[in-house]
Amino acid sequence: MNISLGSVSIPFKDIFNSIIGSPIEKEYWQDIILDLRLPKAFTAILVGSGLGISGLLMQTLFRNPLAGPFVLGISSGASLGVALVIMGSSFFGSTMAILLASKWSLVIASSLGSFLVLLAVILVSSKVRDTMAILIIGLMFASITAAIVSVLSYFASAEQLQQYIFWGFGSLGSLSWDELLVLFSICLLGVILSIASIKALNTLLLGENYAKSLGLNIKQSRLLIIIATSLLAGTITAFAGPIAFIGLAIPHITRQVFNTSNHKVLIPAVILFGAIVLLICDSIAQLPTSDYTLPINAITSIIGAPVVIWLLVRKRKMVF
Amino acid sequence: MHKENKQTILKTHNLSIGYQTKKDKTVIASNINIELHSGELIGLVGANGIGKSTLLRTLTNVQPALNGSVLINNKPLEQYNNLELAKALSLVLTESIVSKNLSVFELVALGRQPYTNWVGNLTETDISIVNKALTETNLNDIKLKKCYELSDGQLQKVMIARALAQDTNLIILDEPTTHLDMYHKAYILRLLQKLAKYTNKTILFSSHEIDLAIQLCDKLIVMTENTVVSDTPQKLIERDTFETLFPKDFITFDKTTNSFKIIQ
Repeated sequence: MNISLGSVSIPFKDIFNSIIGSPIEKEYWQDIILDLRLPKAFTAILVGSGLGISGLLMQTLFRNPLAGPFVLGISSGASLGVALVIMGSSFFGSTMAILLASKWSLVIASSLGSFLVLLAVILVSSKVRDTMAILIIGLMFASITAAIVSVLSYFASAEQLQQYIFWGFGSLGSLSWDELLVLFSICLLGVILSIASIKALNTLLLGENYAKSLGLNIKQSRLLIIIATSLLAGTITAFAGPIAFIGLAIPHITRQVFNTSNHKVLIPAVILFGAIVLLICDSIAQLPTSDYTLPINAITSIIGAPVVIWLLVRKRKMVF
Repeated sequence: MHKENKQTILKTHNLSIGYQTKKDKTVIASNINIELHSGELIGLVGANGIGKSTLLRTLTNVQPALNGSVLINNKPLEQYNNLELAKALSLVLTESIVSKNLSVFELVALGRQPYTNWVGNLTETDISIVNKALTETNLNDIKLKKCYELSDGQLQKVMIARALAQDTNLIILDEPTTHLDMYHKAYILRLLQKLAKYTNKTILFSSHEIDLAIQLCDKLIVMTENTVVSDTPQKLIERDTFETLFPKDFITFDKTTNSFKIIQ
């Protein structure tokens, strides 16, 4: 359904035909579907599930229902990396700028940025025991990165600034099949690491001291979970921009619907829900039958926040 | 069940406990020599701040001993890795669990983690051990309830069942009766007494319920300012050990009722 909607609507029958290679009514529909709509739908699936998973991992690791890639500064780390590449390239001269402004350098800078910020948050939070303190530390790192980004923006050209702001809106549409393949491989790796952490995540539901008494190697598991999260959240943010809200909301929606905290159920369910929710959000962002496309980032929050509020009110109890 | 001769499960030799920083060393208690056997229920009593928690933390390898040794199943504590220790020693802590959205069965089943495969699947053996733990603690009726639906007393039983499911020779509980009313304090300690007797496990708990501990425990470890002694409750009473437990300005130990009385 997602594929059929857009400035040009295409009937389902023709979508199916074009995917299997049969002739369809209008020749250019084939291009729209294979080069634009289909990659975009796949991106939405990967981004939705990946961010959902990384939110779930963070919420369990930090024992905090408010945790998510954004709260702990992963995405701000990614945005700092991207800002440095887009706007900082003027400091490196023109040849470097061309090299740096390629899509791949954005990906690398974003992943690196998110990993470094998350690592910093973990290092500092290992010194404090209080969960709320960890959240505040995450917020502080986010403000630091935001401040550095402002300084960079102040010196940036209008063109660079616009490029950065557009990255900040989030976009599912600009990926080629090659880029999609890379995104898919890294997301797959992240999901495999998450699946490998299922036992550790379930044990962590008891708290770290109990987990340790059950023989869990806390340091190793924590590192694995952090790596999985930064792979997923970092790469997705690099390719699609900082997509808001999904990472926080999807795990909550899933827990409410399935009424369980068992990660053996949650991980596949979060993948499914993340994919569905982002596909729906993207369909709405297309504003079917109009020529406009809204920023995906706005839609995820406009749709997502009321859903979470509605679920909480209906069940009268937060499940965590 | 099996009445074999008593094995030594936990033994300390000239153990000193306390905290060591780069600069100095704070000794909280030293010369601790205790020996706990299979099938025994042991209470650890002492005034607030005397070092009960520090002793338990040292025995469970959360913090290192300053001196001396701890042997669990005749093997020095420091030679255990995390997983081996998890199969020898299970804990019930004072901290509350993070997620109360687990069902009683799921939570008790987490006690099988040291034995399950990489994804934590339960085998038939695991499930039967979990069910046995649930039966021994009388939890079968509520095993499908979620933990947030339980009272404090029920939740404490669930945590004990989880420790049982871990299938270790030694279970250590840190103040298992706090937050409970008088009936449930007695209930939990009675349960521990029965479990020690019928499962032949060694169960060590710290508590402020000295009256109850005197009645139920096979052995008590009494921590005072100067010494740590362990013996049967009866011998400790004969030796007037409980008199040394607290400052004598308000309360005194009454040997006729085996309990503390306020000095009028």
